[in-house]
Amino acid sequence: MLTLTCPVKTPLHHLPAGAKLATLAVFTLVLFWLPSPLSLSVALAAVIALHLPWGGLFLTHAARMLRPLWPFVLVVAAWHLWVGDARGGAVVILRMITAVAAANLVTMTTRLSDMLTVIERLAQPLARLIPPRRLAMAFALVIRFIPQLSDRLSQIAEAFRARAHRRPGWRVLVPATLAALDDADHAAEALRSRGGTD
Amino acid sequence: MERNLTHIALFAALIAILGLVPPITLAGGVPITAQSLGIMLCGTVLGAKRGALAVLLFLALVAAGLPLLTGGRGGIGVFAGPSVGFLIGFPIAAFVAGWIVERTTLPLGLAAGAASIIGGIGVLYLLGIPGMAFVLDKTIGEASLIAIAFLPGDLVKCVLAGFVTQSIARMRPGSILSRA
Repeated sequence: MLTLTCPVKTPLHHLPAGAKLATLAVFTLVLFWLPSPLSLSVALAAVIALHLPWGGLFLTHAARMLRPLWPFVLVVAAWHLWVGDARGGAVVILRMITAVAAANLVTMTTRLSDMLTVIERLAQPLARLIPPRRLAMAFALVIRFIPQLSDRLSQIAEAFRARAHRRPGWRVLVPATLAALDDADHAAEALRSRGGTD
Repeated sequence: MERNLTHIALFAALIAILGLVPPITLAGGVPITAQSLGIMLCGTVLGAKRGALAVLLFLALVAAGLPLLTGGRGGIGVFAGPSVGFLIGFPIAAFVAGWIVERTTLPLGLAAGAASIIGGIGVLYLLGIPGMAFVLDKTIGEASLIAIAFLPGDLVKCVLAGFVTQSIARMRPGSILSRA
């Protein structure tokens, strides 16, 4: 399955995931202390500078991940121009874009498996509630079953379209949920017959 | 034990694939997607605890970098954006919806629909709107104006959640773990 990790390899990919996440946490906290559009612009420029050396493909990837923010940028900009508080609007928009871009940069330069390792390590204190092996198995199961369920969903939709000349819409919901329940039962049997999860 | 694990994992996968279903656009250009319906179903079918765990598992994979949120969004960036409150609200919404279905003796479809309204709209908006207000630096009232555009679509989803839960109960009676 496609992950959001950028295929363009950069030296940032080699930094340990935990360190990148810790830096990101500190950076995001600092953003909320920066009061002026100028200081936030400097922060944004720093984040952009970290994108620049890796070429056009990397930048396109980053821009695509920022796209869902545009409606919010438009709404906030329109609102602040309307009430005549351009400075306040600039602070909100710059802070939001910088925080999201910085976080996306970490996602783009960290492999899924490294990130999952960090999550498993963070869940370590909960080991008695959520045994680490079972958590790892859960991640693997979801990643394995997303394409499988997705295929089932398109089969269901095709079967519907073969009989009716309409889009199936909400009618796929019941069979899709049934597919998930049945797959869960089968996977549970398969796991148990191989000695269970622990 | 294995059955608990696989149900949680498969419903996490179900939330993900419901996010891939092309959104239906309501009058006014507001897209409604099936993803939050998946959140509601986690609660109403799996029950409070398993439902919330399924949603948490889904969010962990999103944070780890899988583009599983509607529109192919994912990564840690989404937790820094305006929808952070809704993301935090997702597992709690599933928990509350599941808890209500577990505790009431109403007919299942009705209980699931009502539980989806309370969990999937009430609780979710209660966390989502302040989150949006915080990131966009708006008052709660102003942020509510943006969220209210999604209310009609979410109400439709609650009705569907009740309907789907009831259909599942009819076809696989043993599968409604919230009433088991």
